Amino acid sequence: MKELRLMKGNEAIAEAAIRAGADGYFGYPITPQSEILEYLMVQKPYETTGMVVLQAESEVAAINMVYGGASCGKKCWTSSSSPGISLKQEGISYMAGAELPALIVNVVRGGPGLGTIQPSQSDYFQATKGGGHGDYRLLVLAPASVQEMADFVPLAFELAFKYRNPAMILTDGVIGQMMEKVELQEFVPRWTQEEINKISPWATTGKTRDRERNIITSLDLDSNKQERHVLSLERKYKAMEDNEVRFEKIQCDDAEYLLVAFGSSARICQKAVDLARAKGIKVGLLRPITLFPFPKIPLYKLAHQVKGMLTVEMNLGQMVEDVRLAVNGKVKVEHFGRYGGIIPNPEEVVNILETKIIGA
Amino acid sequence: MTEEIIIAGFGGQGVLSMGKILAYSGIMQNKEVSWMPSYGPEMRGGTANVTVIVSDERISSPVLNLFDTAIILNQQSMDKFENTVKKGGYLIYDGNGITRHPVRKDINIYRIDAADEASKIGLTKVFNMMVLGGYLKLKPIVSDEYIRKGLEKSLPMRHHSLIPENEKAIEIGKKLIKPVQVL
Repeated sequence: MKELRLMKGNEAIAEAAIRAGADGYFGYPITPQSEILEYLMVQKPYETTGMVVLQAESEVAAINMVYGGASCGKKCWTSSSSPGISLKQEGISYMAGAELPALIVNVVRGGPGLGTIQPSQSDYFQATKGGGHGDYRLLVLAPASVQEMADFVPLAFELAFKYRNPAMILTDGVIGQMMEKVELQEFVPRWTQEEINKISPWATTGKTRDRERNIITSLDLDSNKQERHVLSLERKYKAMEDNEVRFEKIQCDDAEYLLVAFGSSARICQKAVDLARAKGIKVGLLRPITLFPFPKIPLYKLAHQVKGMLTVEMNLGQMVEDVRLAVNGKVKVEHFGRYGGIIPNPEEVVNILETKIIGA
Repeated sequence: MTEEIIIAGFGGQGVLSMGKILAYSGIMQNKEVSWMPSYGPEMRGGTANVTVIVSDERISSPVLNLFDTAIILNQQSMDKFENTVKKGGYLIYDGNGITRHPVRKDINIYRIDAADEASKIGLTKVFNMMVLGGYLKLKPIVSDEYIRKGLEKSLPMRHHSLIPENEKAIEIGKKLIKPVQVL
């Protein structure tokens, strides 16, 4: 039987990483995700599974430690919140360029700047459109429950190694701080050196006589080679779009209107759907689970069914751009947001749906 | 059954742990639960509050505007949350330090003087369990048996010797709660 616990989202992520056979965590504390490092320090996985837990001297150091560990084919990860994730962007871009698998967790707080410690979703652009420099994409997963916080850790590692690409769990202070019931996965042992050599033959594990030297770098001054590299990255991102789109549809079958929301906003919208349906409004919810790759096709299909769409995001309107691109003018798409750490409530979502979409 | 509760008071009164014990008890009784705290500057002194939802069904929003029950343990929380109780819902408050009593006519109001009683009998550390007992008297959403299991799960092993004291406080709370206005 799986183990059932009441846990904070942040704790669930930390526990899930230990159970997923992670080799190393490198982080630096920041609210609202400090429980991740705190939990790991209490659990001391370095005494059980052998997973390294290190508080680095800064966010920049932490992400470069992840770069180093990932270069050796190890399952490494880091976590932070918005201002700290900004500091990590150079390292993330280098890892995308060097094609290194790793997990980065962003428990988003309001910005810009130091902003607030309260929840927000204003790092959607940063997570899905780059953040660091250069033509690259992260695989971005958006959990909407503590259960998904736990489940997406092994999934993120799996996808990161499948595509040799950094993966991000984009969550926020609501899911990070709240407690819910969570079923924990069984422990998966850390990979042995033999397994690493087999799974990641590109890793710098010590050159043997029977192969060429492995080089981990994001630098190539030969433009022709660099162009070929960028094109191979493009093929990889296309493959992600073909194979890895994940989403959830709630009460969409007979929907005349559609809410689109991810993460904690999607939870609030589930309640809004119930409230609206109690008033006789046929509304559904599409919840993107992967923010990159984005569920363009399901949205395009729904655009032929519904009369209007409303995105609910705790930002000034970021995901709404991807929804508009997906539906390509087929249907009206509006945005509703709250800012500065304020969480929208289900009643106001229904009000906005009635005034901006149905009544308009 | 879905019960949506806000518990609010000063930091240090045991607001968050009371919510946690209730949530854990709900899990033990095979219910869905969510526990959403305020985690802002409030945690560093001042007011603390937590939204707890216990339900037989999948829980949608962990963040709410209106509640079935508000458990209020200081004046700031009374000012903030009296108007968030659903019409016909329940407001439970500890009279200690309350200068402006609740005025709404469309809700059930109960008073529990747990702070006074706890200091009188020297059980100030389990003051919050008295309040929980008072709440459970009105709304037995989880049974005593599962409250015990919830206590076992949420208290660290080294504090399990304190479980009888907590249970005693819950029983005292059940007797202590008094109606002020019943619809």
